[in-house]
Amino acid sequence: MPENTDSVILDSAAAATSGPALIADVDKRDKPRSLWNDAWYDLRRKPVFYISALVILFLIVIAIWPGLIATGDPLQCQLINSLNGPSSGHWFGYDQQGCDVYTRTVYGARASVEVGIFSTVGVAVLGAVLGGLSGYFGGWLDAILSRISDIFFGIPILLGGVVFLSAVKGGSVTTVSTFIILLGWPQLARIARGAVITAKEQDYVLAAKALGAGHGRVLLRHIAPNALAPVIVWSTIALGTFISLEATLSFLGVGLKPPAVSWGIDISSASEQIRNAPHMLLWPAGALSVTVLAFILLGDAVRDALDPKLR
Amino acid sequence: MGRYVIRRLLQMVPVFIGTTLLIFVMVYGLGDPVAAMFGDRTPDPATAAQIRHDLHLNDPLWQQYLIYMQHIFKGDFGKASNGQPVTELLGTAFPVTLRLTIMAFVIEAVVGIALGLFAGLRRGRFFDTGVLAMTLLVVSIPTFVTGFVLQYLLGVKWGVVHPSVGEGAPFKDLFIPGLVLAGVSLAYVARLTRTSVAENSRADYLRTAVAKGLPRRRVITNHMLRNSLIPVVTFLGTDIGNLMAGALVTERIFNIHGVGYQIYQGIVHNNPPTVVGFVTVLVIIFLGANLLVDLLYAVLDPRIRYA
Repeated sequence: MPENTDSVILDSAAAATSGPALIADVDKRDKPRSLWNDAWYDLRRKPVFYISALVILFLIVIAIWPGLIATGDPLQCQLINSLNGPSSGHWFGYDQQGCDVYTRTVYGARASVEVGIFSTVGVAVLGAVLGGLSGYFGGWLDAILSRISDIFFGIPILLGGVVFLSAVKGGSVTTVSTFIILLGWPQLARIARGAVITAKEQDYVLAAKALGAGHGRVLLRHIAPNALAPVIVWSTIALGTFISLEATLSFLGVGLKPPAVSWGIDISSASEQIRNAPHMLLWPAGALSVTVLAFILLGDAVRDALDPKLR
Repeated sequence: MGRYVIRRLLQMVPVFIGTTLLIFVMVYGLGDPVAAMFGDRTPDPATAAQIRHDLHLNDPLWQQYLIYMQHIFKGDFGKASNGQPVTELLGTAFPVTLRLTIMAFVIEAVVGIALGLFAGLRRGRFFDTGVLAMTLLVVSIPTFVTGFVLQYLLGVKWGVVHPSVGEGAPFKDLFIPGLVLAGVSLAYVARLTRTSVAENSRADYLRTAVAKGLPRRRVITNHMLRNSLIPVVTFLGTDIGNLMAGALVTERIFNIHGVGYQIYQGIVHNNPPTVVGFVTVLVIIFLGANLLVDLLYAVLDPRIRYA
């Protein structure tokens, strides 16, 4: 008998101790993951995500400390080396001014990354706020903002860039970024507006409103987290295209201007020498393409992770 | 349908005014057209004042804009700084760019939709992966790099085509420039078609079509393509404007004397009437293309009813 009771007690004790552990175990497996946790869980399983993130990380580090991998000075050039091909110590060769192509390519990352980040942050903030507000409140605010974005839509961005930048005689990262923000926000505003309109009809928003939440709380706590996904995806891909746009504008002679060091400027001067020195084109063009590709791939990966419908 | 067209046309009016005003302000408000006429020299103050008076530059900007618009509706786009009427430049440049744009548009639509369709039908197979990888590559390499490389390889090194476009811009010279201009959009069209086709291939109406024994060709053209092309048509329509703007780069590479060339010359030589005139016409084309897309919807998708 005593043995029996003992075992019963032991069993119940075992049940008591293992009970919470068991529940915790179940929790770990089936804990409801939020959209963001789920996306992160998904991303960690994708090699594309790691590769593109690593490339971007490397790029940012190089943009901040170019001296880490390039010892020379991008503006210290020897004309005697003009158009010389690759040699030991200078594997990428020289450009027409006798500058080391490798050094210039490394230092050129900064302008591209700066334009990309500044304009994307500007476009994202302006577009998300204006698009979000017009989607949420509707009415006359929506009507006015939609018409304004229609107007900006009427101008192809490259055309507007050439006209605007040649008028303001710009040539710095600030003017180029300002322009991209000015003409780029309506696109994001439309995306944000659509996302907010979908989100504001959801039950949880109605519930929050019924509980007496004000506009600010509903927008920030309930709508923003749920409408953010398309904004983030679009912004990531747009960052790449903005970098490409900066290079195109610099190529046309209205973006950044020498003595600024940028891939666009280098590609532009290399294109004039393509018959004599094709090596000049390869490196800045390659760096630019890899950068744009990395942002597009990252955006794709994030979209796949955030939008389970596409799987 | 008729009422819808009228409503859309009326909606275009404020957009047209806003867009042209924006361009007008950028060119006349931000720059100084008189200083630009004299280049690096400082103009004689009396002469400058006279020019300012003649060109209504002393009036407020909105008044200048109204005067300009009045002239445009009379068919007068002003004169370039060498005295040539802008309408004459428009007449010589637009046909050239139109040919280039048509070339690019046909390449983009035909190749893009074909690639997208076959990739979408063979999802996950080798062809599909190939198309995806190729389009990614095309999108990430800037247009002007592709342009120069193709011009160098095909035109200069191997001598397959003319490296620059000849007098009158014949279509055979425009193939490579058209391909370069279409490149990025082609990639988008292919991806868009692929996604759309892949989505629709699981639709009920498609299963029904197969089940009732329709031949495969009919299922694909009548049922799948017609439904899958709706987002593609939107993209193609809005892309006409981008193609014409993209000609700015392509025309520069291949030395084509079209719209992009004229706008570029107008900017380099500080010639506001040329720039504003060309951009205004481009905006009209762009808006017209958007209208056309909305009307095409009705043909493609009878579910969309216009009140």
